[in-house]
Amino acid sequence: MNNILEVQNINKSYKDFSLKNVSFELKEGYIMGFIGPNGAGKTTVIKLIMNLIKKDSGSIKVFGKDHIKNEKEIKDRIGFVYDDNCYYEEFKLYEIKRIIAPFYSKWNDDLFNKYIRQFELPLDKKLKKLSKGMKMKFSIAMALSHDPDLIIMDEPTAGLDPVFRAELLELLLELMQNENKSIFFSSHITSDLDKIADYITFIYDGEILFSRTKDEISESYGIVKGANELLNEEIKKSFIHCTQSPYGFEALTMDIPKIRQEFGDSVIIERPSLQDIMVHMHMARRQAGNE
Amino acid sequence: MKIILSNSSDKPIYEQIVEQIRSQILYGELSEGTQLPSIRKLAQELRISVITTKRAYEELEREKLIETVAGKGSFVASQNKELMREKKLAEIENKLSEAIKDSKLLNMTLDDLIEILRFLYEEDKHE
Repeated sequence: MNNILEVQNINKSYKDFSLKNVSFELKEGYIMGFIGPNGAGKTTVIKLIMNLIKKDSGSIKVFGKDHIKNEKEIKDRIGFVYDDNCYYEEFKLYEIKRIIAPFYSKWNDDLFNKYIRQFELPLDKKLKKLSKGMKMKFSIAMALSHDPDLIIMDEPTAGLDPVFRAELLELLLELMQNENKSIFFSSHITSDLDKIADYITFIYDGEILFSRTKDEISESYGIVKGANELLNEEIKKSFIHCTQSPYGFEALTMDIPKIRQEFGDSVIIERPSLQDIMVHMHMARRQAGNE
Repeated sequence: MKIILSNSSDKPIYEQIVEQIRSQILYGELSEGTQLPSIRKLAQELRISVITTKRAYEELEREKLIETVAGKGSFVASQNKELMREKKLAEIENKLSEAIKDSKLLNMTLDDLIEILRFLYEEDKHE
């Protein structure tokens, strides 16, 4: 199977933040969710992929080709949704479309009109008159109307209500019926979109903590809950992070067999949500930083 | 075909799919030759990852319950009668083992358990 997106050992340093050896790959026909807290480096990575900023070192390939040498050809096949509006606000929607459309060799007016109708967008209104949700809908319509093979979205659901999130989910699932399409999106809230992601890449403080299929993740991590008396220093070693209240503890582990063996049925082991994993890992890191 | 997924179950999603399709095949609700939705269609309808549905179908193929024909799709495989009976027996054994495990937690004896089984069996006959 082909890699649609291949990021290898990317480094990028700023004064107070740096990306360290960021690597991951996305195969054709799949969806990857790129998650991490605010400020972890998600937007920086996306901007590097889109060649909006320059990397210090490493390589990025899109559709198997270097993303800078073949920039024009690659971008013709990418649908890109920014986290905030990138069009000129004084223009009316149809004017923006008229300006942008000729840049794409496969621009499809029928497709565009279909999305405009579906999202109930007013073409003769100025962009600045639109609500935040409507602006996002317009960005998505613009990004999809040239029938892209790879869709890259930076926080597409931030600030959107659950109804439109569900609508967007339907739309993306429909697109994915074509097995040559791929989607890469970032989000900091682990949202409804994560449900349909095949792969999850977790970035934290400029480093990739893991990049795996979602099934592997939900099967290798467990949330352990039980009484405080059960805890000892030895067992804490098999926890990534543990929080305690007067009534019991809750911990994240990657060693479910050991916990089962040690505690049997005296603890509850649940499948963690991505949010559980994200929060526990964050607290573990912060604790390690303080010690 | 019926599939109901639970997010709170500690069984992985792919396993829930396998179990439900398997039992529908074994109990004849899905008959031989029935076409299953494509992995992408099923993922869309269940709103889950393609990898999960792919994995479920691969497992069903391994168990020879379904067959996938390239370019055509996946179909319920023809089942050997003998083998079907064996698989059903295995399922019954599994369910009984679970009941035994639970009864041990309550310190029930084998006779207690047989008594319940007999009662339920007879009751079912009267219906």
